[in-house]
Amino acid sequence: MSTYYAGLFADAGILLLGALSVYIILATGQLSLGNAGLMGIGAYVTSYLTVNVGVPITAALTIAGIACGAIGVVVGFPALHLKGIYLAMATLGFGEMVRSFFLNFSPMGGAGGFHGMKHISVGYIWAWAGGLLIVVMLLERSRVWLEMQAVRDDETAAGLVGLKTTTTKVAAFGAGAAIAAISGGLFAHQFVYIEPGNFGFERSIDFVLAVILGGSTVAPGALAGAMLLVLLPEMLRFLADWRLAAFGGLLIVVLLVRRQGILDRSLFRLVTFRSSPT
Amino acid sequence: MLLQQFVNGLTLGAVYTLIALSFALVMGILGVLNLAIAELFMIGGYLGFSVITLNLPLPLAIVAGMAGAALIAAVIEKIGYQPLRDTPVVTPMLSTLGFSIILQNVATNIWGSDPLQLPDEFLGTRYVIGPISISSMQLIVLGATAVLVAALAYVVQRTSIGRALRAVAENRDVARLLGVSASRLTLLAFVLSGALAGAAGVLIGLHYAAITPYIGVEIGLKAIAVMVIGGTTRIWGALVAGPLIGIIEVMTVAYGGSQVRDFVVYGFMIAILLLRPQGILGGTQGGQGQRV
Repeated sequence: MSTYYAGLFADAGILLLGALSVYIILATGQLSLGNAGLMGIGAYVTSYLTVNVGVPITAALTIAGIACGAIGVVVGFPALHLKGIYLAMATLGFGEMVRSFFLNFSPMGGAGGFHGMKHISVGYIWAWAGGLLIVVMLLERSRVWLEMQAVRDDETAAGLVGLKTTTTKVAAFGAGAAIAAISGGLFAHQFVYIEPGNFGFERSIDFVLAVILGGSTVAPGALAGAMLLVLLPEMLRFLADWRLAAFGGLLIVVLLVRRQGILDRSLFRLVTFRSSPT
Repeated sequence: MLLQQFVNGLTLGAVYTLIALSFALVMGILGVLNLAIAELFMIGGYLGFSVITLNLPLPLAIVAGMAGAALIAAVIEKIGYQPLRDTPVVTPMLSTLGFSIILQNVATNIWGSDPLQLPDEFLGTRYVIGPISISSMQLIVLGATAVLVAALAYVVQRTSIGRALRAVAENRDVARLLGVSASRLTLLAFVLSGALAGAAGVLIGLHYAAITPYIGVEIGLKAIAVMVIGGTTRIWGALVAGPLIGIIEVMTVAYGGSQVRDFVVYGFMIAILLLRPQGILGGTQGGQGQRV
């Protein structure tokens, strides 16, 4: 595999994790526009551990994931008050605050960025990305997932039948934050240099786009979306300067003609030759 | 020094107010976050710049910026919002994002990604009043904002169109039952909001004496914070929140270092969302429920 394709696949793997982090939170009906901030925390924590402390990468990623999951739970609690677009705007503000924090945080380089990480292979990135995708797909077949769907569809009704809606929503935030942190740690060790600008609003939007384009009702949708988001601008290269405009146009078209995203449950069944449960 | 910073903050705040009003018109009436407003603002700025560099009068530049942005806003409403009206909030938000990607790309291709700059002597005259020095450019920004806000206030509060807009904001279905054409008003809300964003773009171009295709995202996100702080369901909150954020920002830059300003602004926004979701101006929380 050439370096060029290796780079693209690495990007796609990192984006897949970012998209999954949004997907899990979205499964409880909450939209987060601040996951790049959580990814940033993960990137900085992992890099600190591998460069300054000398922890091996896998252990560092695990620690960053757990730490960021805890942060996600802490962030998730106040977020319980907010719904829909208000939650989206609050998480957007959180992401910008994290970015601004690292700009001022001189022990980790501040605006100058941080480097010294060792490069990792595409295979390693995809071991994490693929592994976590499978974990989420297994989760989708569990009772917990049904509870998450119930909270998304009607929170009041879910609460009335005795589901712990608060726990479900906060746990989803924690799990999403942990995955975002791992995505950030991998990002840091793929590009071996990080700066706060890497974890801005545009990246949060990329995660949401991957989920919505790929299909927001099945986990493999995040995979489809991540591949599409990384490969499409490359495939549109013949359009030269206009390829971003074409990409924006395609995005609108997909939203207009296939609102649920490219993959949905029925298409997914068709692809996997599984009979529908009727 | 303090008074001087105050005046500078007020000028920046005036521009924030206009864009926040632009966001709030669509958000307050339709409950949709139109992300393309950030780029409408940038396009408006470029159109104004083009008119100014042709040596045409400044009011014409503002009108050009407003007209161009309003026209694009109408297109966005027709293609990107109307067909997606009944979907969850995230879908129309992402379709407006699609438009903002297109607009940014178009602006980069037409005007280049390097900043365009106004000649130094343009509106450089400064008036000294006691301890404050104010440039004619700042006076124009403040004056134009006052005129535009007054015009918007007149339209929304005194005309039948404004009454219909407020009715749709209150309850879309009831307004339709009473014979208000909701789809026509949706278009109107987008156009008004686009025109405001376009004017704000021309004014910020004057304020910084420069413009780049990337100005939209930075200022646009800040304007969302201003809208939230002012209260999303009461559009006039932006009149207080805009100058407030402008002044806070200029003061933190002057006394706390330029890097902490975003931290302060967004922290303030989150605090408002959690503690006082109706915005600083207050009012009841009643309007909050049905739109979320």
